[in-house]
Amino acid sequence: MNSKLIFYNIIRWFLLLFVQIFLLRNVIFYNLSTPFLYVLFLLVLPFGIPNFLLYLIAFGTGLTLDAFYDTLGVHTTACVTLMYVRIAFINLSLNRDSIDEPEPSLGNMGFKWFALYATLCIFAHHIILFFLEAFKLNEFVYTLTRALLSMVFTLFTVLLTEFIFHNRKSV
Amino acid sequence: MRNLWIFINRYNAFFLFIIFFIVGIVLTLKNNAYQRNVIINSTNSVVGNAYAKLNVIKRYLNLRQVNDSLALENAQLKTSILALNSVDSTKTSVIKDTVNHQQYTILSAMVIKNSINLANNIITVNKGSNDGIAKDMAVISPQKGVIGFVLEVSPHFATIRTLLNKDTYISVVLKKNNAYGSLVWGDKNFDFRKAYVKEIPNHFKVNIGDTIVTSGAGGFPKGIEVGRISQTQISTGDSFMTLEVALFNDFSTLQYVYIIKDRYSSEIKNLQETSKNEQ
Repeated sequence: MNSKLIFYNIIRWFLLLFVQIFLLRNVIFYNLSTPFLYVLFLLVLPFGIPNFLLYLIAFGTGLTLDAFYDTLGVHTTACVTLMYVRIAFINLSLNRDSIDEPEPSLGNMGFKWFALYATLCIFAHHIILFFLEAFKLNEFVYTLTRALLSMVFTLFTVLLTEFIFHNRKSV
Repeated sequence: MRNLWIFINRYNAFFLFIIFFIVGIVLTLKNNAYQRNVIINSTNSVVGNAYAKLNVIKRYLNLRQVNDSLALENAQLKTSILALNSVDSTKTSVIKDTVNHQQYTILSAMVIKNSINLANNIITVNKGSNDGIAKDMAVISPQKGVIGFVLEVSPHFATIRTLLNKDTYISVVLKKNNAYGSLVWGDKNFDFRKAYVKEIPNHFKVNIGDTIVTSGAGGFPKGIEVGRISQTQISTGDSFMTLEVALFNDFSTLQYVYIIKDRYSSEIKNLQETSKNEQ
């Protein structure tokens, strides 16, 4: 992992969190669907980071989000869950030795792989996030609807962002 | 040990996930009032419902005693009605408005959770703030004797800190000479049939069998019979006596309680507080 990659990731962290906190926090459709674009940072973290460090990054990112959302612990737990799904999915779908790309982005891995990967990770993240926020199973269907609709929205923004930046990089 | 280490290392992603996940959940519960409330409230409603179900059975088994006590109370009420009827009302010239000047109103409530075995006993009854119950109201038993004070109220339920609690002090007097003392429980005594009267000065003459009644301070109407003195020979070493009292009411078979609403309680409280401030 070279220092350029680290630099890119730090810039990306600040940029995505800035957009999330100051712009997307206020975007919501019918109180049902709201995008959490910041998960993109966790999705495209480079390969080869030790698991412990991955969890620590997820924990820190979640904690920062929680500080701005006033929901200490909710985003943190969701991010940690996302990280577990990420590690498990990469372990299952890719051979550790034959990875030559630096990070699991859309441009490096192809649309099919990335779409499945992002869907699973975002699904886990949103389910934990919304159920922890509601914290009861009384309104199960409502909470599930919120989680799934938000998932669609998040997935859309994540793929859109990836497409935009992927094209720019490869040119 | 080595194998265990290899095992943990191999699945480190999972174990790390568990650790971080638990930390996240703990943070959520510790720092968010809403999530904490949901947990506490749901457990409370589960416990409350369980007690309510159990109580249906218990009430049935105790029907006989309740009937007896109701009959007794009926008899007492009839006696007082007779006494009232015998007054020649035509002769009274001054009409006393007893409805508007009635200081105490009595609300009856059913006990849904009784407790006598703990160091600090709290019982739950099935009336709450919707029925006009408020904090610190006095509670008496249907026949003779005092129960305690209302501790907390919710819309439909209320908890009562009974006499069988270290924090409960009830102001009482000796019926025959009006010597003031306070009724307490605890101090290595965990028998629900007896309590102690403290702070009565040594110069009063007290005999075994003397009746203790409430003094009228602290929310209880004056003159409710509490118990009978069963022992006077407790040495304290200071200028006050400690008397052992056999209580009239039996906390173990408590089914109904009367909660006393004092029309003037807030007025008295305000008055006492302002007097205190000016000292």
